[in-house]
Amino acid sequence: MTRINVTVDGVSNADDVEPRMLLVHYLREVVGKVGTVVGCDTSNCGACTVHLDGRSVKSCNVLAVQADGHEVTTIEGLATNGELHPMQTAFHENHALQCGYCTPGMIMQAVDLLRENPDPTEEEIRVGLEGNLCRCTGYHNIVKAVAAAAGSMSSERSNA
Amino acid sequence: MTAVDDRPTTEVGKDRRRKEDQRLITGRTRWTDNIQLPGMLHLAMVRSPFAHAKILSIGTDEAKAAPGVHAVFTGADLADSQGVNINAWPITPDQVTPTHLPVPSERVAHTGEIVAVVVARSAALARDAAELVDVDYEELPAVLDLKEAMKDEVLAHPDAGTNKSAFWQLDSKAAGTGGDVEEAIAKARQDGIVIEREYRQQRLVPAFMEPRSTVVDPTGEQVVIWSATQVPHILRFAIAATMGIPESKVRVIAPDVGGGFGGKLQTTPEEFATIAIARKLGKPCKYTETRSETMVSAHHGRDQWQKMTLAAEKDGTVTALKVDLLADLGAYVAIVGGGVPVLGAWMFNSIYKFPAYQFNCQTVLTNKTWVDAYRGAGRPEATYAIERIMDELAAEVGVDPIAIREKNWITHDEFPFTTVAGMTYDSGNYEAATAKALELFGYDELRAEQKRRRESGDTVQLGLGVSTFTEMCGLAPSRVLGSLSYGAGGWESASIRMLATGTVEVVSGATPHGQGHETAWSQIVADRLGIPFENVEVLHGDTQIAPKGLDTYGSRSLVVGGEALVRAADKVIEKAKPIAAHLLEASVDDLEFEAGQFTVKGTDKGIGITDIALATFAAHNLPDGVEPSIDADATFDPVDFSFPHGTHLCAMEVDTETGQSTMRKYVCVDDIGTIINPLIVEGQIHGGLVQGIAQALWEGAEYDEQGTLVSGSFVDYTLPTAADTINYVSEHTVSPSTTNTLGTKGVGEAGTIASTPAVVNAIVDALRPMGIDDIQMPCTPERVWKAIRTAGAQQDKAPTADAQAHFGEGAPNQDPAAGTTDGAAQ
Ligand code: FES
Ligand code: FES
Repeated sequence: MTRINVTVDGVSNADDVEPRMLLVHYLREVVGKVGTVVGCDTSNCGACTVHLDGRSVKSCNVLAVQADGHEVTTIEGLATNGELHPMQTAFHENHALQCGYCTPGMIMQAVDLLRENPDPTEEEIRVGLEGNLCRCTGYHNIVKAVAAAAGSMSSERSNA
Repeated sequence: MTAVDDRPTTEVGKDRRRKEDQRLITGRTRWTDNIQLPGMLHLAMVRSPFAHAKILSIGTDEAKAAPGVHAVFTGADLADSQGVNINAWPITPDQVTPTHLPVPSERVAHTGEIVAVVVARSAALARDAAELVDVDYEELPAVLDLKEAMKDEVLAHPDAGTNKSAFWQLDSKAAGTGGDVEEAIAKARQDGIVIEREYRQQRLVPAFMEPRSTVVDPTGEQVVIWSATQVPHILRFAIAATMGIPESKVRVIAPDVGGGFGGKLQTTPEEFATIAIARKLGKPCKYTETRSETMVSAHHGRDQWQKMTLAAEKDGTVTALKVDLLADLGAYVAIVGGGVPVLGAWMFNSIYKFPAYQFNCQTVLTNKTWVDAYRGAGRPEATYAIERIMDELAAEVGVDPIAIREKNWITHDEFPFTTVAGMTYDSGNYEAATAKALELFGYDELRAEQKRRRESGDTVQLGLGVSTFTEMCGLAPSRVLGSLSYGAGGWESASIRMLATGTVEVVSGATPHGQGHETAWSQIVADRLGIPFENVEVLHGDTQIAPKGLDTYGSRSLVVGGEALVRAADKVIEKAKPIAAHLLEASVDDLEFEAGQFTVKGTDKGIGITDIALATFAAHNLPDGVEPSIDADATFDPVDFSFPHGTHLCAMEVDTETGQSTMRKYVCVDDIGTIINPLIVEGQIHGGLVQGIAQALWEGAEYDEQGTLVSGSFVDYTLPTAADTINYVSEHTVSPSTTNTLGTKGVGEAGTIASTPAVVNAIVDALRPMGIDDIQMPCTPERVWKAIRTAGAQQDKAPTADAQAHFGEGAPNQDPAAGTTDGAAQ
C-alpha cells in the first residue's frame, strides 16, 4: 500500500492504495466519483477521461499513485457554483448525448480541446475527439456541440 | 375555476431538449456498476480459451485459498440452481436447439464460455484468483466456417448429430401471395435477365459503450436484480421460468443503461450465474464484465451468406426474387437468434413489386459466439442484398440506379399495398422522399462530375450510392408473433397517474437506454391531457414501478408503447368527464375537452383536468357510484407492423491507387410518419447511419483457425471515431402511419438499415467501369485495392463474357470479373 494525497473536484483526499490501482478505480471505488466510467480495457474509448492538473488524461491509463500530489477534476466537478460549464450546456442544447455513457469523457476531452485551441475548425474538433468513442450519436451532434461551446466561450471572453 | 390556459397547445413536433440530460452531463448517473451494497461480493468469470473442448477437471483449491476469496463455483456446483438461457423463438417445431447452460460443466462450445466463477471481496481480488483456477480441457474439433458447418463433417454439438438448426421458407405461390418463382426465373433465362449474386454479411459486435453489469441482492423477501439490460421484464420472466423463483419474488431494475442496439436484449449466462451465486451465498453480488469479455461473450450480430437470384424482363421490370440464406447462429440459439434472419423474409422484396418471391433460410450452429439481434436485426441484411442487386440490375439494363427503382417501386397511389411476402404497407411515398433526396444531394451535378473524372482518368474516382429502403418495425402484432411460434406477445403497456398536486406520473413498459423516452413521452402526454411538459414525470425500467411491459427493441417503443400512452390518456379524460360534469352541474353530453379544460358548450364554465385530479383525491364531492380515481392503464397490441421508408444517397471518393475510400456526402430523407421530437429523431438517424456505414467500411468480427476472436478488443475491432465520420444531411417527408393514433413510425433502426448498401453501392459505382461489381464488406482499402488489381488483371486477360453465368453447385459469386475478395475464413 502506498499513501497518496489527491485533490479531487476541490476536496483533498489521503488514501492508502495498492501501487497497481488505476486512477479510474481510485476515483470510482475509493473516492466515490462514479460519474467517471470505464468503457474498455485497452485505453481506446476515452469514457474515463478526467483532468489531471487541468489537462485531459484517460484515467484508466494512469496509476492512482501517479496522481499523488496532483489535482483531479472529474465530470462531477466541472459545473461551478451550480452553473453548468458551457460545454455541458452545449451538449444538452445540441443533443450531443443519447445513452450518456461516453458523455463524461467526451465533455472532459472537449473542454481540454478548447483550452488548447479555443477556435477549432470542424476537422480539428473531429481529430481532437478521436480518442473518445461514442456508439450512439454518430458524432454529428457532438462536433456541433463543441463548435457551439467554442462560440459561446469566446463571446463570454470578449464580454468579460 | 381555473385561470386562462396559456400553455403551448402542441408539444408534438417540438424540438424539446431532453429531460434525461441534466443527470448525464453532470455525472449524476446510476449505471449498474455504480451500485454498492453493504457486504457486497464481486464475481470474476473463468472463461474457456478453446472454441470447443471437453472439461476434464477444474482445480479450484488454489483460487479458494487466495486472499479475499469467499467461494469458487463450477458448473457442477450450480447445476441445480443456475437456470438455463432460453430460446424464445423456435422457428420450426423441430429446430435443433442445444441446451445453453450459463456455466456448462461438461463441454464448452465457444471461446469465452464460462467454466467457473470466483467470488471475492473485491473485483480485483476475484480477477486475481480467477487466474489460479486450473481447468483441464480436452480440445475437440471446432467448426468455425458457416459453409463448412453445412457439410456436417465437424459438429459444433456432437450430440445434436447436425449443425443445421432449422430451415424456414416463405414461398409466394404456396402462400397465395404471388406467382411461382422457379417458373418466372426459367422464363427470364429464356427471354429476360437473370442476375445471381452471393453477398456476405460479416459478423458484427454491437459494442454498446457500457459493458454489461449485474448486481443481485438476495437478502430481502424479493430477489432484486439490477442489470444493464434492454429487457428487464423479459429477464424477470426468464428468471421465474427457469430458476424456480416465483415471478412475484423477482424484481428487475434496469437503471441507467449505456446503449444496447439489440446487444442487451439477451438474457445472459452472466446474469443467471450471478443470481444463482448470490442466492447460494445469501449475499449481494456484483459482476461487471471487462470490454474483452463483452466482445467474446455478449452476442454478435449479422453473419450470413446471401444467395440472390433476381429475374427481370429485358427492360428491367422485375419478375421474381429468390433468396437463399445461410445464417450463423454461433454456438447456441439465442433468445431470438433463430428468428432474426427470418425477419428478412418480409423485407428482401422491399419496396419493389415482385410478382413471385421465395425466401429460404437455413440457420446453422458453429463454435463461435452466439448471434442475435443487432440494430436492425434481419432487416439490414435484407436491405443490403436487395439494394445491392437492384444496382446490378440497373447496370445490366444500362440505366441509372434511380430509374430502375422508379420502374419497380410501389407508387404513392397504390397504398395500402399488400406485398408478395404478404405484408400490407399502410402508407408511404417513395417518389417524394427520392425527389427531395436527389435535390438535397445535387445528384445530377455529382453524376456530371463522376463523368468528368472517368473521362479524365482521375486516380480518385467518384461513386454514387443509392438505397431506397423500407423496413418493418414496431414489434409486433401478437397474433402474427403467435403464428410464427414466437414465445411472447408484442403489446405494450402504459399507466397514467393523476397526482393531487397537479403533476402526472406516466409509467411505461418500454425501457429506454438512450432513446429519450422521458422527453418524448412527456410531450405526448402533455399534449393529450393539456398539461405542461414539465409536469409530466416518466417512470420505467423497474418491474416494481412499471410491472407490465415488453421493453425496448425493434423500434417498438413509440409506435406500440406510445400508442398505449395515448389510450391511457384518453381513458383518463373519459374517467374525468362525469366528475367534471358533476362539478360543473352540467350534462356529460354538453362537455368539451380541449387543452386540459373541460368546458360546457356555449358557456364560459370550465374546469381543468388537474383540478379534477385534486377533487378526486379529496373525494368529497363525487357523483354517486364513481370511483375516486381518474388514473388509467392501457395495454396496446398493434394491428400491424410499422413501415418507415426513405431514400439515402451517398457519394464516395475512391483512390484507385491506394484503395482508400472517403465519404464525401451523405443525404437521407426518411419518412417516419409523424415526428414527436425532431431533435431526438435526428440523433437516432445520425447514430444509426454511422453504425450502418461502419459495417460497410470498418467493422468485422474476425476469428482465427483456432476459433479465437482476433478482433476481441477495441484495438482490433475498429469502431468509427469522430475523425472517421462526416456531417450528415438528414431530412424528412411525412406520410403518417394509419395504424396508430399519432401517425408515427419507428426510427431507431432506420439509419442502420439504409446506410450500409448506400455506401457499398457508391464504392462499386466508382469502380464499375473497371469491371468490378462487388466488394466484400468491410470495404477496407486493402480489399478495394485487391479488387482493383484483380479486375485489372482479369480485364487484361479477356474481355468480360457476355453470357450471364449462373449459380453452379456450391459456386459463389458467378461473375468472373467480380472483384470479390476472399473471406471464407471469417
Ligand atoms: S476506460 Fe476506455 S479509455 Fe479508459
Ligand atoms: S451517447 Fe451513448 S455512447 Fe455516446
